[in-house]
Amino acid sequence: MEHDAVNAEIVCRCEEVTADEIMEAIRNGADSLDAVKKATRAGMGFCQGRTCKRLIARMLACYYEMPVDRFLPGSLRLPVTPVKLSLLAETEDAADEIQEGSACEK
Amino acid sequence: MGMYDVIVVGAGPAGLGAAIEAKKCGASVLLLDENDRPGGQLFKQIHKFFGSKEHYAGTRGYIIGQNLLNEADELGVEFRLGVRVWGLYPGGGVTATDGETSVRYFARKIVLATGATENALSFPGCTLPGVMTAGAAQTMTNVQHVLPGERFVMVGSGNVGLIVTYQLLQAGAKVCCILEAAQKISGYGVHAAKVRRAGVPILTGHTILRANGTDGVESVVTAKVDERFRPIEGTEETIECDTVTLAVGLSPRIELAGVSGCKMAYSPALGGMLPLHSDDMETTCGNILIAGDLSGIEEASTALDEGRMAGCRAAYALGYRTSKEYEETKRALLNRLNALRAGPFGEKRRAAKEALWNTMR
Repeated sequence: MEHDAVNAEIVCRCEEVTADEIMEAIRNGADSLDAVKKATRAGMGFCQGRTCKRLIARMLACYYEMPVDRFLPGSLRLPVTPVKLSLLAETEDAADEIQEGSACEK
Repeated sequence: MGMYDVIVVGAGPAGLGAAIEAKKCGASVLLLDENDRPGGQLFKQIHKFFGSKEHYAGTRGYIIGQNLLNEADELGVEFRLGVRVWGLYPGGGVTATDGETSVRYFARKIVLATGATENALSFPGCTLPGVMTAGAAQTMTNVQHVLPGERFVMVGSGNVGLIVTYQLLQAGAKVCCILEAAQKISGYGVHAAKVRRAGVPILTGHTILRANGTDGVESVVTAKVDERFRPIEGTEETIECDTVTLAVGLSPRIELAGVSGCKMAYSPALGGMLPLHSDDMETTCGNILIAGDLSGIEEASTALDEGRMAGCRAAYALGYRTSKEYEETKRALLNRLNALRAGPFGEKRRAAKEALWNTMR
């Protein structure tokens, strides 16, 4: 989307999503970080929401008048850092293991 | 590929502490870090640390870092630098990449010491060149020896904001003012006094509304805020500057712990969402321990001792220490951590930590 570069308040800088766009998504029913992400792509970029997640959670908390932790931490997924697809494919049986379960030993 | 007793992710003070302690107990240890140089943020800390002698009071941060590195090296801790861990897998798999290849290691115990990320703030103009976090300005100034601007406005009066302000002054920059939205300064009085003596006003109850400029920051507009942090109309002021540094807090870097299934807790006094943990740094996942800023935003000295605790706990769980030896070390470390969590600032963190420990029980 084209923005007014001077006046736009960009919240997600990776995907260049503005505060206005995020508020519009929230008013249209987005009620979680994931819902905002699906509606606007905020949090889907290179940093995977590390910069904007807290800001969006605060906007959600403010709008719904709920504590901010209700919206955090959002969904966390592998890989946690950008990785070339070829590397993902090369790493043996990685895909199987992702489906098998978590790294957590109870 | 390789099999280790303990893999430590992150070679800042917490990770180094964990690696050193586990190795001392006799465990095989691999330490991974995404930077080319271990030491984490210690190498940016050109100032002398406070506290007691056993916490290196009077020693500059980067020298503490160097000493820890030497110790880890002499003990035979294995390092892999310039690699990012992108996944943890069942069976203790730790997958890391240098961008070109991806290697999987295995560990019986994993200590996550992934640190923190600096919080952002959004306002019109926040993506202009010249707006950066205080940590970025600190890296440029103290590590790369490049001053990122000439006239700064610092946002946030916590210890990071105050210390970085002073270091920018030392490097020859002008810091016009420090803006603090709260009604009082949030960092230590001794740091605040230092920057004030150097002529930098700390404007409490003030926020940044916007940054102006075309190719970069040329000025910022500030305003007073009410007790609910809402800007008060008619109080706007324009300050000419070329750099805005944001020091508005840190958040634990929880992604790896999160994808592993560690149960999370919310603790505002410790920086927000973080993995639930016990006083010996175990998470709800039996094979994963945590330490340092990931387990709550504190200081380098607490991170180091938490790391030692995690390393010792991991080694004990693997049979490298008797329970008597372990209990002794644990008691000593808890005493040191308690001493660090004293005073009006530390007390809040200590109470928040205890609340987490009690939830774990």
